[in-house]
Amino acid sequence: MNSVPVDYYVLLSAILFTIGAMGVLIRRNPLIIFMSIELMLNAANLVFVAYASVLKSFSGQIFVFFVIAVAAAEVAVGLALIVQIFKAKKNINIDELNSLKG
Amino acid sequence: MHLSETVTSGFFFLAPWLVFAPITGLLINAIFGRYFSEKVVGTVASLASGAAFIVSVLLAYSVSLNHGEVVRWQLAQWIHVGTLQLDWTFRMDSLSATMMLVVSGVGTLIHIYAIGYMHEDVRFKHEEGRFTRFFIFLNLFIAAMMILVSGDSYMMLFVGWEGVGLCSFLLIGFWYEMDTLARPSWANSNAAKKAFITNRVGDFGFLIAGFLMFWYLGSFQFDEVFKAAPAIAESAPWVIVAITLFMLIGVAGKSAQIPLYIWLPDAMAGPTPVSALIHAATMVTAGVYLVTRSAAIYTLVPQAQYIVAMVGAGTALFAATIAVGQYDIKKVLAYSTISQLGFMVAAVGMGAYVAGMFHLITHAFFKALLFLSAGSVILGLERGHHAHAHHAAHDDHGKGKRKEKKDEHAHGGHDDHGEVFDPGDMRNMGGLRKTMPVTFWLYMIGTLALAGIFPFAGFWSKDEILLDASLHFTSVYWQLTIAAFFTAFYMGRQIWMVFFGEARSDAAKHAEESPKVMTVPLMVLAVLSVVGGALNLPFEGFHNLGHWLEHTIGEVEGLPLNLPVAGISTALALLAILISWFLYGRNPLKAGQIDPLKKPLGFVFTGMENKWFVDEGYFAVIINPFKKLSAFLADVIDWRFWHDFVHDTVILGTYNWLSEIALNEYADQKGIDAFANWLGTATQSISASLRKLQNGFVRSYALSVLLGVVLILGYLILK
Repeated sequence: MNSVPVDYYVLLSAILFTIGAMGVLIRRNPLIIFMSIELMLNAANLVFVAYASVLKSFSGQIFVFFVIAVAAAEVAVGLALIVQIFKAKKNINIDELNSLKG
Repeated sequence: MHLSETVTSGFFFLAPWLVFAPITGLLINAIFGRYFSEKVVGTVASLASGAAFIVSVLLAYSVSLNHGEVVRWQLAQWIHVGTLQLDWTFRMDSLSATMMLVVSGVGTLIHIYAIGYMHEDVRFKHEEGRFTRFFIFLNLFIAAMMILVSGDSYMMLFVGWEGVGLCSFLLIGFWYEMDTLARPSWANSNAAKKAFITNRVGDFGFLIAGFLMFWYLGSFQFDEVFKAAPAIAESAPWVIVAITLFMLIGVAGKSAQIPLYIWLPDAMAGPTPVSALIHAATMVTAGVYLVTRSAAIYTLVPQAQYIVAMVGAGTALFAATIAVGQYDIKKVLAYSTISQLGFMVAAVGMGAYVAGMFHLITHAFFKALLFLSAGSVILGLERGHHAHAHHAAHDDHGKGKRKEKKDEHAHGGHDDHGEVFDPGDMRNMGGLRKTMPVTFWLYMIGTLALAGIFPFAGFWSKDEILLDASLHFTSVYWQLTIAAFFTAFYMGRQIWMVFFGEARSDAAKHAEESPKVMTVPLMVLAVLSVVGGALNLPFEGFHNLGHWLEHTIGEVEGLPLNLPVAGISTALALLAILISWFLYGRNPLKAGQIDPLKKPLGFVFTGMENKWFVDEGYFAVIINPFKKLSAFLADVIDWRFWHDFVHDTVILGTYNWLSEIALNEYADQKGIDAFANWLGTATQSISASLRKLQNGFVRSYALSVLLGVVLILGYLILK
């Protein structure tokens, strides 16, 4: 099989990660931020599986499973937090959650 | 407890009970005394002393069974340091047994007498504890005296020596808050302090002698010292001279010899049984015992012996002259005691140890008798005074006597001299022969014994001393003979003044005889004063005491009776009594009349009356300069120099000056305060700027994290 060169995957992963990071930094909606985080995680997953395929190793794929599982757990906790914050403040604008400021 | 030497037979195992018996009595009274009545307290104390007497008798018997051999009974180890090996060892030989018998025997009689006496003492106000305390002190004294006479080394002797000194102090100052007439005063305390401090001077001499002894003779133990002494006397005689003379200072302190006798007359401030027991019969003879015990050393240095004899003879004469001019019944006896101690010291100084010990024993009998009879006289007068003066106001018995006296004084009451009535002043007495017949006869016996009239005890012992003196030192002999003349004179004067003539006060007129508890012990002492001479009669085969003491102090010559010496002293004594009768007996003193001796003797009698101004001399020469020196040290050195100058001026001034310079407003506020404030403001401003980072925006934190990661990664990649 004439496969796609691995550099493409890495480049795509970098683009996705940058988009995710920008999303986390710029957007104010926590749901969007969550989605951006997922994007960053999956950018990392993409690199893992790409190199796993190149190196014929399962370690990368196993890592990806763990990352997906952790991401799922994180989303569950995170969404629960967001729901609770919304209940408490009727607002989930991330810039208004600043009660920890010094 | 174990034996240090094999003992053949006898009761030597009882030796520690010499000390333990009185200590037991003391403890019983100290712990349970508060629950006892006066009689029980007195009985316990007397029994304790009596037990010590019984032990002494058994020990003396054992010593005689043992043919006078020295027996030691070691109770405990004491001080073992290097070559110093001191043990708590009792020594029983004929000399210590003799002293034990005298101390505990006379002591027990005086304990019994004191039960009656203390109850009636004018100063005793039924204070709980005082009565008990008195008997505790008496028991303690017996214990200390037993340690003194039974110790086997100079250091153990010194423990007893200090112990009796302490008891003497405690008992002289027994009525510490009042004077002899129960007025509030510190006179008794001062008398106690005087005795204690004067004795410190003597103890200093004793200690120096002890140190010299250990340094040059290598031991404190009697026999070892005596063994080492002759060799040192050959090679360095000054050592032995120094030891004996420093010891003489100790003797002068304890046995009231010139120049340290001054405390004994003041010691009469104590209760009369104390005067009899401690300051006449036993404690003051400790010095005589010490010289006798050290006979082996003294014999080596005739120069020192001569000095001892001269000190004794000088004291005997000097004190006898003062006794002539005294009016207080106890003061006369006090100076008489000093004088008689002078006889003893002179005797042991001359090497006539048996004569000295003999006189010590007989003197213990008749002087205790005289003192206790004097106590009986004083109480008799006190009773008479009380019965008469308080006839009207007899009901307020419950009040303290002191208070009554004060009231009396305020109302210009019944006092004979417009002063508090002094029952001890012979000028207030007279005619007591009729009101106090028992005491009178007892006093007569004591007087005849003291004056040295044949065949009373004092005749034999004094005569033996005079005989020895006539053989050895003529000057000592003449001094002692004149002293004996004065002795008979002042005793005659006392008898005529106290018991004959008319009563010179209402109290004397109404005087009452003392109870049996007081007179019976006196009768025992009176019998001893009569027959005591039989201990050592100057006839072949009768030198009992001499042969008994021979075991301890070596061979002694038993001198036969020397008729000229005995004749002269007896004739002089009779002459003195005759003169005293001529002056005081033929025309008895009237109330308020001055002493008939005052006119013919003039300033000489004034000197006698005032104790030759010796106390004043000591004040002028020693005490006042000393006080001035201490005032100077306290005022100038301590207060003005040390406090005012060094502390206030130098230290405080320097401190103030330094703080003004270094810690003024400028340095303090602009320097130190400013630095502290700067620390605070700097912290505040730094934290204010840092606080801005903590803005609460999660996204800015995320940016920081991202930038940090980029920086670190950039560094790692580009490195």
